Amino acid sequence: MSTQIFHHALYIVEPACKGCTHCMKRCPTQAIRIAKGKARIDNDLCIECGQCMAVCPNNAIAIEQDSLSQLQAYTTRVAIIPAVFFAQFDDSVTLGHITGALYALGFTHLYLAETGVDILTVLEAEDQGAGRPLISNFCPSVQRLIQVRFPLLVDNLSTLRSPAQVTAMFARSELPGLSDGLGIFYFSPCAAKIAQFKTEGSEEHRLFDGIINFDTAYNLVCTYLAKHKGEMQEEKSSFSFPVCTRKALRWSLVKGQSSHHSGRCLAVDEMHNVIEFLEILEDEQDTNLQFLELDACAEGCVGGILTVRNRFLATERLRHWSSTVPKQLDQDLCERILKQKKAFEKNLNLEPVLPLQVLGLDTDHAKALQKLRKAERILAALPLIDCGLCGSPSCKALAEDIAKSKASIRQCAVLKLKSAKDLNSLARIWGERSTAADGLQDDQA
Amino acid sequence: MAGVAASNLKRLLKQLNIPPLTIKRIIVAVFEAEVNVIAHSYGGRILCDFEEDEIHVQVIDTGPGIPDLELAMTEGWSTASDEVRELGYGAGMGLPNIAKSCDELSIYTKAGDHTRLSMLFRLKEKA
Repeated sequence: MSTQIFHHALYIVEPACKGCTHCMKRCPTQAIRIAKGKARIDNDLCIECGQCMAVCPNNAIAIEQDSLSQLQAYTTRVAIIPAVFFAQFDDSVTLGHITGALYALGFTHLYLAETGVDILTVLEAEDQGAGRPLISNFCPSVQRLIQVRFPLLVDNLSTLRSPAQVTAMFARSELPGLSDGLGIFYFSPCAAKIAQFKTEGSEEHRLFDGIINFDTAYNLVCTYLAKHKGEMQEEKSSFSFPVCTRKALRWSLVKGQSSHHSGRCLAVDEMHNVIEFLEILEDEQDTNLQFLELDACAEGCVGGILTVRNRFLATERLRHWSSTVPKQLDQDLCERILKQKKAFEKNLNLEPVLPLQVLGLDTDHAKALQKLRKAERILAALPLIDCGLCGSPSCKALAEDIAKSKASIRQCAVLKLKSAKDLNSLARIWGERSTAADGLQDDQA
Repeated sequence: MAGVAASNLKRLLKQLNIPPLTIKRIIVAVFEAEVNVIAHSYGGRILCDFEEDEIHVQVIDTGPGIPDLELAMTEGWSTASDEVRELGYGAGMGLPNIAKSCDELSIYTKAGDHTRLSMLFRLKEKA
């Protein structure tokens, strides 16, 4: 899997970007640099957490989206919808209203992504992840964070398929007569899931035919409901997708997965908390923990970058909804699952993921060591105030960028103000040519 | 605080593109050695030499040395103080674990003198 070219859903809207340093300072993997007044994302390092988009004051970071017209290419249009989507609406909009609107928008079958949790339970799927504590692979952003920044922990990653994947497999096997023109669409609350889906060769890419962003779907449903206010009563009957169990419905909330594991579990949410925790975990020799649920977004998927509603209100609605669904799995659904059992019971685990070696200064150890030394020497000359004016997130990052020949010491505004002459001699010491007047170098240069 | 040196070294090794499994071995060994220095010695330093396909790590303390090395290498044997044991260390697995983690280990020690651990890690990961 490591050879795949990872697709990125986040992108910079250059005309809107003012080159302020908000996103660069926020990025948990230091993947952003500012060059020529515009932010730029390093695709090797970006983990699609969406922190940059959340913090951008100029709406200059956006997420790719496909239009709903992609539905027209299919005759059977299946939507796999995470429960969080329904929690985006306030209580005046019932589940019946939402499903009714979705059918009207062109979907022929609606599945709840969380049904996959029950399918995994019914089929008694076992996680083949090797390490302990096992780390949930549910959040693609966390998985990628571990691959990039915590390569020592990749063996701890769970290999179980995500509920949405399992539900998609279930739908595919349940609707075989319709396989000509069968299109399966996933509603995504975040950039990371879109990126995962669009990465060629990934399981998501194989299982889903299209992706619909939460905010797009939300707007479409709201527009439809506003237009068809009078007809709402009859729509109620169309609430027909299989309902999952109470435990399954809470899956995407914080601690939602922990209840499916025995032993001691821990749930950590929000990217900076997750990183702080992984740092500890990597150093810790022994822990008593069996399972770790790590979410990149605060409060889990309800905090996704594409969600519309306040994450706490959404959590409350999801919790309230879950208290109304039965604890036991619906008998009909259970039979439906068992009927399709053969199609995928042996295929519930994914290939283990591999560490990505992108943090290193060079692929060659000797050269990396040289660059490390150089970065250390350069750092000693820098002001260490991490102002970010140079376009790198910290003085240390600038020193490493210079050592990698991706930046120039002339970019340091503080040194320039202090003494332009010294700066020139420093630049000569580090063996740099005199760059153009503003001293900004292109990443590609 | 025990583990700080090992943690800093880990950060360095990641930047040098050392394979993750090797980093893990080095960190386990260095962590144990670091705890040993803190628990049993007056102080010490850790030296790292990087070569093309191997890494030498030396942990040199300032004394007082190990009186009976063979005994110290025995699993479960420990001279740790109650204070150290209360912190969860001192199970007598330090040196045996270090020996398991590295490819070659040589120890210089003498009662009343200092102790020097020389560990060698090969970068070629065994398949």
